[in-house]
Amino acid sequence: MSVIKVEELKLIYGAGTPFQKTAIDGVSFEIEQGEFLGIIGHTGSGKSTLVQLLNGLLRPTEGKICLNGKDIWEKPKKIREVRFKVGMVFQYPEYQLFEETVYKDIAFGPKNMGLSDEEIDERVRKAASFTGLGDEYLQRSPFDLSGGEKRRAAIAGVVSMDPDVLILDEPTAGLDPLGRDALLSQIKTYHDVRKNTVILVSHSMEDIARITDRILVMNKGRKVMLDTAANVFSRGEELEKIGLRVPQITKIMMLLRQKGIPVDTSVLTVEQGFNEILSLARSSV
Amino acid sequence: MSGFISVRNVYFKYDENENGAEQGFALNGVDLEIKKGEFAAVVGHNGSGKSTLAKHFNSIYLPTTGDVIVDGMNTKDDDSLFDIRKKVGLVLQNPDNQIVAGIVEEDVAFGCENLGVPPKEIRKRVDEALKAVDMYEYRRHSPDKLSGGQKQRIAIAGILAMEPECIVLDEPTAMLDPRGREEVIDAVTKLNKERGMTVILITHYMEEAVLADRVIMIDSGKVFLDGTPREVFSKVELLKQHRLDVPQAAELNYKLRSCGLDLPECVLDENECAEALMKLLGSR
Repeated sequence: MSVIKVEELKLIYGAGTPFQKTAIDGVSFEIEQGEFLGIIGHTGSGKSTLVQLLNGLLRPTEGKICLNGKDIWEKPKKIREVRFKVGMVFQYPEYQLFEETVYKDIAFGPKNMGLSDEEIDERVRKAASFTGLGDEYLQRSPFDLSGGEKRRAAIAGVVSMDPDVLILDEPTAGLDPLGRDALLSQIKTYHDVRKNTVILVSHSMEDIARITDRILVMNKGRKVMLDTAANVFSRGEELEKIGLRVPQITKIMMLLRQKGIPVDTSVLTVEQGFNEILSLARSSV
Repeated sequence: MSGFISVRNVYFKYDENENGAEQGFALNGVDLEIKKGEFAAVVGHNGSGKSTLAKHFNSIYLPTTGDVIVDGMNTKDDDSLFDIRKKVGLVLQNPDNQIVAGIVEEDVAFGCENLGVPPKEIRKRVDEALKAVDMYEYRRHSPDKLSGGQKQRIAIAGILAMEPECIVLDEPTAMLDPRGREEVIDAVTKLNKERGMTVILITHYMEEAVLADRVIMIDSGKVFLDGTPREVFSKVELLKQHRLDVPQAAELNYKLRSCGLDLPECVLDENECAEALMKLLGSR
């Protein structure tokens, strides 16, 4: 069953003013329960607006968003519940840390949900360990942590609400390669264990290619593609036209293919590329 | 002859934090010469000390011990502060933190105004700076309606208008999308190639570092590798030990070469890689 179903969604900013801008223009799609979806698109393509619509931070001008089959704006007063079910990790979430201790910061969401102290405690510890923060971090001030640790604490603050859908907007921006790999693999593990739906918005084609099931490509407020990573990146030229890039490894395969070498252009990681070339080189000996 | 900027045995320690916890040295004995007209990339993981180093180039931070000399002036010398900042401009990561005015051209003029440049001269400098980063047609726009890449180019133009001899960019593309990244890097490369501006680019992106003349790798507050991109990116294992990436093209080439395939020692981008592989596969 689809967890999120979007029908003919439209959002116009500043309607009726000279700055009127259609940010989302007739988008429809469905996301399956348990899916790991990537969203890509260049700046201004509407991807951040789209995710804010998905958890009810913005109200669509036209169209419908259904969460588990129910229109989220059916009862506008109940929109708060939608925000607990669809958790949103914004860009640079560490700027939103505010509590005295990491524990209190992660507990803030569950507390607002009205959970009991025991439940809160369980959720905090579980969320912290999901994001790779051990118990020793919980009593520290979030402001004494390193950049990567702050990011984890902030993500734990959303994970602790145990949302059915977790949206992360550029979670790895500004992290170094090791921090990025560690965070991505933790998100992947969380997704595998919790079996909920995860939506990852990213500029990094390499990251998106590596961990998502399907990719939604946005351009000028419209849906351009919604397909598996391999299929999306095999349309490299179209992606380049709308200001996106394919992973470098995929680009190498595309160049070889253009020159008549029979390689698979759906290669997404260095490992796959390595195997592809190696078997080709060995078979032609 | 010594370099334009020379960093001599610099150690740097941040002040104690609130809890009074003793902090280690962020810079741990850095020696470095940057020549006039050079395009150098400084690469290292989070906490390696690369941003701390960047802030030493124009006297925002002063070494705890050691010296930083900019064109013959010691950054510790208070009297030289203005002259040093005139010579070395700094562009930061977040474009939104660097925009001060409501109109693009006013923002670009801000630095010049503070330097006391005559109005006519400012007009000329602002126009030139905006043209240099390809943002002239946006001069009357409001910065908040621009994309990240455009805003970052405005920030660069603001520095250019002050006519520095060197521009230091601290992860200028970290918050940008692929197109914005290219715009900024193209603008910076052009300044170096066409105007001979000295450029020091601090970055996480190896694809950007390969465009520089020289790549300086930092870890634990020390330089551990310094050379041309080709020299540096052929040392794949060493870079991985220091928690750094190599471009996918270089990694693929390295792995295949390690398996005994006849490939060059190092390739830097997708075109070089594809060419090398063509030679290998096409000749069979």
